[in-house]
Amino acid sequence: MPSGTLQIKAVSGRAGGVPGPAAPRADEVCKYIDVTTCIGCKACEVACVEWNGTPFEPTTFDNTYQTMPATKWNFWNLIKFNEHERADGTLMWLMRKDQCLHCEDPGCLRACPADGAIVQYTNGIVDFQQENCIGCSYCVSGCPFDVPKLNPTTQKVFKCTLCSDRVGQGLEPACVKACPTGCLKFGTKPDMLSLANARSVQLREQSGFADAGVYDPASIGGTHVIYVLHDATRPELYGGLPSNPQIPRAYAIWKRVAKPIGLAMALLAAPLAFFHYVMEGPKEPQPPGH
Amino acid sequence: MLSTIGRTTAGDGELVRHTAFTRAVHWLVAIFFVLALLSGFAIYSPWLYGPLTALFGGGPATRFLHPWFSLGFVVFFALQTLNWIEPMRWRPDDRRWVRHLKEYVTNSAALEPEYVGFFNAGQKLYFWTIAGSAIAFLISGIPLWFPRTFGRTVVVVGYVLHDVAALAMLVGFIAHIYEATAAQPGTFRAMVRGTVEKRWAWTHHPAWYREATGRDPRADYERARQQSNVRA
Repeated sequence: MPSGTLQIKAVSGRAGGVPGPAAPRADEVCKYIDVTTCIGCKACEVACVEWNGTPFEPTTFDNTYQTMPATKWNFWNLIKFNEHERADGTLMWLMRKDQCLHCEDPGCLRACPADGAIVQYTNGIVDFQQENCIGCSYCVSGCPFDVPKLNPTTQKVFKCTLCSDRVGQGLEPACVKACPTGCLKFGTKPDMLSLANARSVQLREQSGFADAGVYDPASIGGTHVIYVLHDATRPELYGGLPSNPQIPRAYAIWKRVAKPIGLAMALLAAPLAFFHYVMEGPKEPQPPGH
Repeated sequence: MLSTIGRTTAGDGELVRHTAFTRAVHWLVAIFFVLALLSGFAIYSPWLYGPLTALFGGGPATRFLHPWFSLGFVVFFALQTLNWIEPMRWRPDDRRWVRHLKEYVTNSAALEPEYVGFFNAGQKLYFWTIAGSAIAFLISGIPLWFPRTFGRTVVVVGYVLHDVAALAMLVGFIAHIYEATAAQPGTFRAMVRGTVEKRWAWTHHPAWYREATGRDPRADYERARQQSNVRA
């Protein structure tokens, strides 16, 4: 079956766009998350656990509407909850779907020393290949979003795959499929961006959120998971989303430039020693010739 | 005591340079050093990853073994430091040696200056470079071993520090092997059999020769030179 023909073009009774429209899969994909219409129902968490075959976890009760404090190696998708008090004293419940953002310039991939343990597909998905993972956790320190998590038993790191197995078959990610409010959408990056920009305009002009905007941080080349936020000037409010995510310089500069130069310089000692022997010769015990 | 175990036999015209204990400690340091170096450089660079991880049974095994090799190196190097703390102490004469480094490297003098003792200043510098790097390795390596305990920033800083220490060690190691083998014939046996020829001793470490034999290194050298001229 040519995967282009049997993709859904229209859906009855659904608000907003079509999940996983029949876009050419060579295009870069993107997950759109509108936090302003998320109701915190956790359907996406359940769908993620079900599709990926990871265990259901008991909820950690800490007086929030959050399932647990942070994502785990086998729990990749978490609605972060924050009760935010606005300047006028009113409260807002901020729900943000926390998972891998699939950076265009992934810090995890930059940091990883193991051949083939992290790959980035042309569609933008950053995927971990556990059979090649050596468990060093450099990816954890390379990620600006604290996404990769180590399984201490197998010493392998796991994270959201953006359902690369489903996307490869022309399907949308499981979380998007499960979302009942349409706050999750999936499509090409340009499509999702224009949708997000349109929604931001709507929030600014019609809903009174003057600072509403799109979270698609340029410091890491943009992401393949983008957010629409009520207040894009303070992403930290949304469960600690960094406003200027950075790949550590150790991985961005040191590893790419300084490391190979350093190694070459250090290894220069070997030919230097060889040519010293050839040109100056050994120091024999004196007098020579016993 | 440990320092009296093993056997070192000096023949005619030979001196005992390193006891069996010293040699055993040195080679324990060396073995763990090379294992740590190879497993570490596997992770250091993508160009070395494939060939070097193969030596240790793949990437995960290399990652698992590297900290243990390194810990072995640190433990035995600490023992070696205790063993050598006295001969490795920096002395005023060592500054004179460093100033004449150029003559040393270009082999311009057949004999080392008379003040050179059991270790010359170059050996001391190498030793203390490795000691400093070992401390840097340990301090930066523990966060890399247990990244969740220390957090992202410490790991990232430790990563660079660990690399710098590795490069310093690699340069020193290459120089050390060259100096101990091809560059100075008669040296390697000191670390294997424990003995050196007397003429090796008065050539490279005259002050130690005087200390070990109670004789004048230059006078003995002159006598040996005249004898070999007579034979020739």
